[in-house]
Formats: sequence, structure tokens, C-alpha cells
Amino acid sequence: MSVLEIRGLHVSVNTENGSVEILKGVDLTIKSGETHAIMGPNGSGKSTLAYSIAGHPKYTITSGSVTLDGADVLDMTVDERAKAGLFLAMQYPVEVPGVSVSNFLRTAATALRGEAPKLRTWVAEVKGAMEALNMDPAFATRNVNEGFSGGEKKRHEIMQLELLKPKMAILDETDSGLDVDALRIVSEGVNRAKVNNDLGVLLITHYTRILKYIKPDFVHVFANGKIVEEGGPDLADKLEANGYADYVSK
Amino acid sequence: MSVLATNYLTPTGREEAWRFTPLKRLRGLHDGTAAVGERNSLVTKAGLPKGASFTRESLDPLAVSDDVIIERIRGEVADVAHLSIDANAEIKEPIFLTRSAGALDSAELSRVRISLGNHAVATVIVENIGDTLLAEDLEISLAPGSSLTFVSLQEFDAKSVYTARHHAVVDKDAVFKSITVTVGGDVVRILPTVEFTAPGASAELLGVYFATTGQFFEHRMHVDHAVPNAKSRVNFKGALAGKDAHTVWIGDVLIRAVAEGTDTYELNRNLLLTDGARADSVPNLEIETGEIVGAGHASTTGRFDDEQLFYLMSRGITLEDARRLVVRGFFNEIITEIGNEEVQERLMERIDGELERAGA
Repeated sequence: MSVLEIRGLHVSVNTENGSVEILKGVDLTIKSGETHAIMGPNGSGKSTLAYSIAGHPKYTITSGSVTLDGADVLDMTVDERAKAGLFLAMQYPVEVPGVSVSNFLRTAATALRGEAPKLRTWVAEVKGAMEALNMDPAFATRNVNEGFSGGEKKRHEIMQLELLKPKMAILDETDSGLDVDALRIVSEGVNRAKVNNDLGVLLITHYTRILKYIKPDFVHVFANGKIVEEGGPDLADKLEANGYADYVSK
Repeated sequence: MSVLATNYLTPTGREEAWRFTPLKRLRGLHDGTAAVGERNSLVTKAGLPKGASFTRESLDPLAVSDDVIIERIRGEVADVAHLSIDANAEIKEPIFLTRSAGALDSAELSRVRISLGNHAVATVIVENIGDTLLAEDLEISLAPGSSLTFVSLQEFDAKSVYTARHHAVVDKDAVFKSITVTVGGDVVRILPTVEFTAPGASAELLGVYFATTGQFFEHRMHVDHAVPNAKSRVNFKGALAGKDAHTVWIGDVLIRAVAEGTDTYELNRNLLLTDGARADSVPNLEIETGEIVGAGHASTTGRFDDEQLFYLMSRGITLEDARRLVVRGFFNEIITEIGNEEVQERLMERIDGELERAGA
């Protein structure tokens, strides 16, 4: 059982007009096997929360804490956070020219597992993960995210989620840019990881449609840099009906 | 081709062709003060395949040169190391040429010829290794319909000085592809030059260079479209790391008035991995006719992309390994064009090693 605890998190970003506070005190606790949906309007700071936890250098933590099973996440380098069991599925996965998917995956698996995976079992593992997400085998030879369609990028992120087996995953708008079929395939991948690895999930989304496929245990409404309302899955239905207007105007 | 008489004089550093080169580090190659040692260092690495021969013979130059060092070589050396591929020979395995000797207290003046007969097909890989002082006039002749992949590997040790012209004369419908790799030496200055002598010919000049602390690597291209309907592509990628690492890339492409139907594009990309390094990049396209298929150039110089590093590290990869992956990836596009796994892996390992030493 793992616990990701976020307490009083304040985060700023440097802009041309000086430092701007984006997160204004976020409190959240996620346990293994739980799925928390964070929903909110654009610009509310949802992605900042995701990238701050993962350690993107653009964001400055001004106060608060993030711990994973008691260990100080904010004190870790980006790769140490991944090694501790955190995973961020990015909204805009980055192209890495000249680096093949297979090379990238094997390097990542070697780093996370502490030793290079045995070649024979690894090939079967990757093949299985790709088939499960309905990906062409030729995908492995392509360069990381280079020339990928939106759907391919997201499937590639979820393939990594399944292969790298983190304890906690943050899915940053994984549903954006996906058609219905791709949304179902990607969601099934997340659900497999939940079952197989007792994964804790922080699902960041603007829309409720992905929640039909990935059932949240908790729904948090995010506005103006903090959580403004919390509830069960029924809160998502209320948002579906009423939108975010109530929260934005507050 | 017009020749400026002044180019035969000892360069002072004020000439366009020499303005970037650290003349004092050329160990007397440019001003004739270097003592000449007879080394005839270029040898075949293994037995030659059927259809190929390697001899030393007296040959006239293929083309004029306006480079003072090339002129000196021609003035002093009659013997040419000549790799000849018979007409219609199709040689699949690469032919390796390597260096059997080197020295820093005397200069080797070397003349090399690679010639392909009509419709011959071959890959030639030249390995420049060791510590040596070497000036080279390397000429390549492609007969009609022939196809050559020419791989020039500057894998020198730290003190070498190498100045050379690699000049290809490409005849009708011949296909010339060169891959120039410079990862070792103190000063390396190569003039990869091409002239087309009949329509339908094509040339692809690819290259990578990686200069670390104190190294100077210059690649000065010249592609002469003197006939109609020829095609050229230039793509050089460089990385620099460490104090006073300095690279120069000059891409001169000349489309003469008669060269209608020319199709050319040249690209140079540089990756500055640390502060204190300098990459000069000068594309130069001279167009004397508008009746062409296309002509363009691009030059970029950038640093490590933080987003790439973040993405890789977010998957557990250390900063050091992430940088190595990005640099390997950057060079991969060109290195894989060599088409020989053993050489490719050796070069990638050399690049890893340079990166580590430079502490980038």
C-alpha cells in the first residue's frame, strides 16, 4: 500500500511580469488502488499540479510538501521521482529525434528496475503491451513521439505506464485529442494497470467522458489554483450538467 | 574555375578561406615550414574484393585547386595511392582503407585517388587514426552511371592535425554520397567539394562532427553546379562541448547560369552542449539562373532541449544518460547512413566517451 500526500502546495512560475503564483494551497491524498479525478476549467492550474509533482524545472515550489510513502518527493531529482514510483502521462509528450521507441523503453526499464531486462522476456513484454493497445509492431522502430498522431502519443504514454509499473500515475488530459475508439483502448490500458499493479491514479481532465471508462472513486473540482469542492462520482455528473461556471465566478 | 593567385601565397588568416582556421596550430602545414616525412600511410585493411585494385602510381590531378596546401602537396608528391573499381563491378561489402603510420614531428603529404568505372558500385571507408600530421589531396572520380558511398572517418588521437580536400568529380547519372565524420584530432580542416561534369548526376554530402575542449574542426563545402539537372544535398550535424571547442561549417553552393534544373538543399545543425564553445555556420548559396527545381539552405544552433531531458528523466533515466540519448539521437540520422553496424557502434561509443570527458 502506497500513499501520495500533497499538503499545502503553493507553486509559482516565472513570467515576463515576474513570479506568478499558480497553485494556492493544494491538499490531496491518494492511496494505492484509488482513482481521483481532478476536474476544472482551462487555466485553473491542473497541469501545473501534474508537472510540479513530476519535478518540471519550470515550476518553483514556494511552500507545502509532497511525500510518497513518507519520502520527500520535492527533494528528489526528476528521475529519482520516477524511481520512487511516480509516473506522469503527459498531455503533450515530447519528441526525441533519433531515439527509437524500443531503445527508449529499454533504457527506461533498465533505469527503473536497476538492471537491464532479459532480452527474450523483454521483447515479449513489449510486444504484449503494444498488442494490448492495438499498436502496429513497426511502432517500436520509430523515433520517440516523432511524427506520432495525437492518439499514437497517448497510447505510447499508456504503454509506458503498463511496462514501467509505477505506484502512482498522474494522467494529464490523457483523453484530449482521442476519438471514441482510442479513448476506450487507452482507458482499458489504465484499468489494466490499476488491476495488475494496484496503481493509484490522479486523473486530470476537463471533460467527463473519460470517466465513463475509468471510474473515479473521488472527484475534486479544481479552480483558481486549488481544490474547491470534493465528492464522489456523482459530482462528475453534476459538472456534466452545470459546467464550471459556479466555481469560476466564486 | 578561376583561381586567385594570392591563394598560393602563405595564408595570413585574413583570407576568406582561412579566416576561422587557427594557423599557428597547423604545425607548419600551411606555410611550408613543416618537415616532410615519407610515410605512404594509407593501406587496405583487408584483402580487396574482385573488381577492385589498390596501387601507387603517378597520376595528374583531376581538378584544379586554389588551396595552398593542396598545391604544395601536388608540387612535392607524384605518387598517388589509387583505389580503382572496375567498370560494372558491384561490390557489396565496404572496402576499408586505414592508416599504417603516423608522426607529429614530420608531415605526410598524401595524394589519394578513388576511381569508379562506368556503372561500378562500391562503398569505401577511410579510417584516419592515430596521432599524425597529415595533409591530403583526395580526389574521387565517378564515371557515368557509377555509385559510390564514401565514408571518411576522422578518429584521430588528440594531437593530430589533418588538412585535406576531398574532391569528387561526378559524371553523367553517377551517384555520389559521402559521410564525413570528425570526432578526433587537434585541428581538422576538410574541404568536401563536388563538381558535376554532366547532367543527371547527384551528390549527397553528409557529416557529423563533435568537438570537445580545445578542438578545432572545420568543414568547408563547395558544390559546383556547372551543368544542368544535377541534384545536391548537404546535411551536417555538429555538437560541441567544453571550453574553446570550435567548429566551422561553410556551405558554398554555386548554381551557374547553365545549370538549369538544379535541385539543391543544404542544412547545418549545431548542438552547443556547454558554455564556452563556439559554432560558426555559414551557408552560402549563389544562384546565377532562376530556372531551377529548388535551392535552399538552413542553419540552426541550439542547446539541450530541457523538455526532452525532462521527458526522458520522468521515465527514470538519469540526467547523464538522458543527455547521452539525446546526443546519440541527434547524430543517429547521419551515422546510420554509413550502413555498417560495427563502425556505427564504434563511433557512437566514441561520442559517448567524448561527452563524458567533456563533462557535458
